[in-house]
Amino acid sequence: MRLKVESILAEKNLANDVQVIGTGCFGFCEKGPIVKILPDNTFYVQVKPENVEEIINEHIIKGRKVERLLYVDPKTQQHKEDSKHMGFYKKQMRIALRNCGFINPENIDEYIARDGYKALASVLERNDPEGTIEDIKKSGLRGRGGAGFPTGMKWSLCRQNSADQKYMICNADEGDPGAFMDRSILEGDPHTVIEAMAIGGFCIGATKGLIYIRAEYPLAIHRLQVAIAQAREIGLLGPDILGSGFDFDIELRYGAGAFVCGEETALIHSMEGLRGEPTFKPPFPAVQGYLKKPSNVNNVETFANIPVIINKGWEWFSSIGTEKSKGTKVFALAGQINNVGLIEVPMGITLREIIFEIGGGIKGGKKFKAVQTGGPSGGCLTEKFLDTPIDYENLVAAGSMMGSGGMIVMDETSCMVSVAKFYLDFTVEESCGKCSPCRIGNKRMNEILYKITKGNGTMEDLDELRNLAHVIKDTALCGLGQTSPNPVLSTIDNFWDEYVAHVVDKKCPAGQCKALKQYVIDPDKCKGCTACARNCPVNAISGTVKNPHEIDQKACIKCGTCYEKCKFNAISII
Amino acid sequence: MDKIKSLADLKKKREQLQSNMQLRESGDNVENMIQIKVAMATCGIASGAKQVMETLIDECNKKNIQAVITQTGCMGYCYAEPTVEVKKPGAEPIVFGYVNQAKAVDLVDKYLINNELLEGIIPVNYEKIDK
Ligand SMILES: Cc1cc2nc3c(=O)[nH]c(=O)nc-3n(C[C@H](O)[C@H](O)[C@H](O)COP(=O)(O)O)c2cc1C
Ligand code: SF4
Ligand code: SF4
Ligand code: SF4
Ligand code: FES
Ligand code: FES
Repeated sequence: MRLKVESILAEKNLANDVQVIGTGCFGFCEKGPIVKILPDNTFYVQVKPENVEEIINEHIIKGRKVERLLYVDPKTQQHKEDSKHMGFYKKQMRIALRNCGFINPENIDEYIARDGYKALASVLERNDPEGTIEDIKKSGLRGRGGAGFPTGMKWSLCRQNSADQKYMICNADEGDPGAFMDRSILEGDPHTVIEAMAIGGFCIGATKGLIYIRAEYPLAIHRLQVAIAQAREIGLLGPDILGSGFDFDIELRYGAGAFVCGEETALIHSMEGLRGEPTFKPPFPAVQGYLKKPSNVNNVETFANIPVIINKGWEWFSSIGTEKSKGTKVFALAGQINNVGLIEVPMGITLREIIFEIGGGIKGGKKFKAVQTGGPSGGCLTEKFLDTPIDYENLVAAGSMMGSGGMIVMDETSCMVSVAKFYLDFTVEESCGKCSPCRIGNKRMNEILYKITKGNGTMEDLDELRNLAHVIKDTALCGLGQTSPNPVLSTIDNFWDEYVAHVVDKKCPAGQCKALKQYVIDPDKCKGCTACARNCPVNAISGTVKNPHEIDQKACIKCGTCYEKCKFNAISII
Repeated sequence: MDKIKSLADLKKKREQLQSNMQLRESGDNVENMIQIKVAMATCGIASGAKQVMETLIDECNKKNIQAVITQTGCMGYCYAEPTVEVKKPGAEPIVFGYVNQAKAVDLVDKYLINNELLEGIIPVNYEKIDK
């Protein structure tokens, strides 16, 4: 195809004016071959070599589009010529990320030019905090920090508690392994969080805002500091904002990076200078939070939605998403996927659309195996959930959860026992140790997983895993412990056969568990060249020159050296 | 900087800033500036965006190209970092991925000077919410 294009261009003396570029997959293979013409962004689909001349004559030379070959939108049956208007590319929608990558985050003017602080101004002018809270309630916005609690409801609970001081707190702890949504928002658009906190402060009656951010995010901290200083300088933070009589200011508090400090009660204690350990709820922060004053904790991404809801109206926001989950969600797409990246998609999109359309499918053409959502609190979803619309309820029903938005895609070479082990390693490390089910229970589960991957597991161990998991879920004090067994439970439920293979057959179907591999020499193929024996670091191979060699399985440390050294393919892995 | 003391102040400032931007975008101003945005969040910087930005500034200076080069946040294309958005006057903005220092030089020589496209263009894949 490319050659054809080039040769016709050469024929018509256009070779120097038109450049032919082989680009990556445009992402809709079923319409291929695809040709895109820039600068006007025209997409031609199902182009055959014989159409090429026509496209060049008409489009490039005469500037007329070849209607017949344009992409047809299946819904409207209209020819679409500009790729930006094609349904396919509308899979993503940017609300929380609307300014990320557009504005200079260190320049408040650019934020203001894109309707920044307009929402705060209109809320102050309206001067009806209850009405504004009502709008947030009606928008259907739910917390993006994990649990999905309705934001408007949270604000109104805090508003009801009167006190001489209240606090509006932003949770920017973001401790999930593989999550970087909040960091990107803070680094790309810090003012949206500041504006939303001021709106929230006005609604609940707080004049102080606190952002709890991990010290490991130096750039986000720097940009927040710059943004706060700029907002103060022009009077958008501080006393009497926009002449409304409302005072509001924000301070940063730094966290040391413990996962548990993302839990709101632990976060508050950490800010108070106490140990970052959760405490029993109630009392909820709305009643007794920071310094025992009513406080409201929201996640960064939750805040990032607020100004848009005010500016565009709750009706608009609630028209996006599913019945119970409105708006969009930002996901950090990672793992064995072609387009690793940060995406924002409307609620109700399917995993299939995310992984195979936006994410560009599995790396190296391998087979999809599972996707992990919700981090250490979530679970692995398999092929059978690919077409489930994503929202808070559906993910929980499928044995996972929304979490903060990490999404790790795994292909057929991932061992699910090892995946569960990875998350439990993390939990064991991050457990604060205050309550025994989490401190001891997770440790015991982790030991069993190690035992299984070493090939020493029994069927009783699998029962024990399930037992422990349920006890921990029911008795742990905070969300960390209550959800920590999820990665184990969901892999047991969805990949039971794989656990059994490890335990009964002593095999790791994915070939990841080193201890379960065996290197063996086929005596018929072995020429007795001694290469393997000479290179084995632990002298596990015996044999004499020109006679078949043998591996002592007890001594072998599965380093794989012999396998690489044998020139006669006599060694195989079983 | 002047304080914004009222709703009217804010509105005025916004309109003034927007018309400045419009001016830049429609290419009516004298300089006819090219706008270049380098994605510089932690992710971009980690993959070399700072050096790329310096290279772009150097190259544009050397070759006498009038361009506004600024930093911006994460565009979300981790797989293609560093990413750079270029908006030439009167043209649609184009996002280039995989821009290392060598490619930054190419970008200036080929796209900025000769209007030739480079490989690694990332198609816009999301819906914008502004009107
Ligand atoms: C172990 C644990 C870690 C958490 N980490 C975070 C976090 O990093 N960021 C966050 O916003 N919420 C985190 N949460 C949830 C918070 O407790 C809280 O529900 C949330 O900040 C409320 O904000 P939202 O309603 O806007 O989601 C965590 C919860 C638990 C149990
Ligand atoms: S569940 Fe774990 S993290 Fe939470 S309080 Fe108990 S020991 Fe600490
Ligand atoms: S795998 Fe390594 S340790 Fe085992 S026999 Fe081969 S060379 Fe020796
Ligand atoms: S390297 Fe291969 S052929 Fe040589 S002794 Fe070892 S197994 Fe046999
Ligand atoms: S336990 Fe890991 S590959 Fe099997
Ligand atoms: S997180 Fe910024 S491009 Fe990936």
